[in-house]
Amino acid sequence: MTEHSSASEKSSPLKLYFGIWIALLAGTYITYKAAFIELGPFNAAVALGIATIKATLVALFFMHVYHASEKLTKLVVIAALFFLLLLLGLTMSDYATRPWS
Amino acid sequence: MPDSTLVGLHHEEEHHPELLHHFATEEQQRDASSLGMWVFLATEVMFFGGLFCAYLIYRRLYFGDFGAASKSIDATLGATNTAVLICSSLTVVLAVWAAQTARRTLLLTMLAVTMLLGCVFLGIKAVEYKDKFEEHHVPGASFSFNNVPIPGHPGEYANPRHAQIFFSLYFVMTGLHALHMIIGLGIFSWLLYAAWKGRFTPEYHTPIEIGGLYWHFVDIIWIYLFPLLYLIDRHP
Repeated sequence: MTEHSSASEKSSPLKLYFGIWIALLAGTYITYKAAFIELGPFNAAVALGIATIKATLVALFFMHVYHASEKLTKLVVIAALFFLLLLLGLTMSDYATRPWS
Repeated sequence: MPDSTLVGLHHEEEHHPELLHHFATEEQQRDASSLGMWVFLATEVMFFGGLFCAYLIYRRLYFGDFGAASKSIDATLGATNTAVLICSSLTVVLAVWAAQTARRTLLLTMLAVTMLLGCVFLGIKAVEYKDKFEEHHVPGASFSFNNVPIPGHPGEYANPRHAQIFFSLYFVMTGLHALHMIIGLGIFSWLLYAAWKGRFTPEYHTPIEIGGLYWHFVDIIWIYLFPLLYLIDRHP
């Protein structure tokens, strides 16, 4: 459809796939090791931050969102994330602010 | 768009320019299938999202008890399973590439290796569940979690009732994930059979792509389950 997607399909994407694979394994190793280091409240932040990076890599490159020829795919992904954040954000802000009243 | 649809209807056979290969005439159909799968995955995000939300609420309420309960799970098995799933995601993406580039042997091999890795994952999961059953950490009448210290609070012990909530979430979330893995294995057995029959070509391999999307999604869920269930309060 676009020059971008056809160009990326012509050249072999194998280097990219193996690169992402190495990055995902490295992320898993760092997550595992970091969990045993005392970082206070940052333990959870590091673990979830790396998890989010890994999930983004899988979605963008393994699930081809980055090269998707159909823009609606991106819209669906963003909509899903938006409603997930709405669910988690509103619920947790409720629980976090209950002691205030 | 309307032009290409008409052209596609009338001259479907003539229009397979090498340049566009599988994106040529099947593009619209392929995009529609892919979009439908993404909409399904969006509903799955909400499905698992409710469980993640429940987890966050109780983790906040029973912070130390969750830490103590999480520590009783074998984190090395969890990390191994994460690596196994990541490798299976690579083999899935290689299978899609093999279908795109008409590499039959590679396609069959990658589908089979993906299923093998899926079985390894479930096997390790079974070992983990067996440990939990033996330790009486399965919620229910025989549940027992007494005198387990809370990490970082010397002299304090986890409340078994609160730990039981952690294990309920652990079994529901990993169990639902494992159910998705089993369904994924079913989908991939069919893909393997159809690929063996030569159903897929560079022009038409939508089922491989759609099945791959599902497998990757299940991988993403595990990427979050691993740190949330296995790695909280691990540090001494």
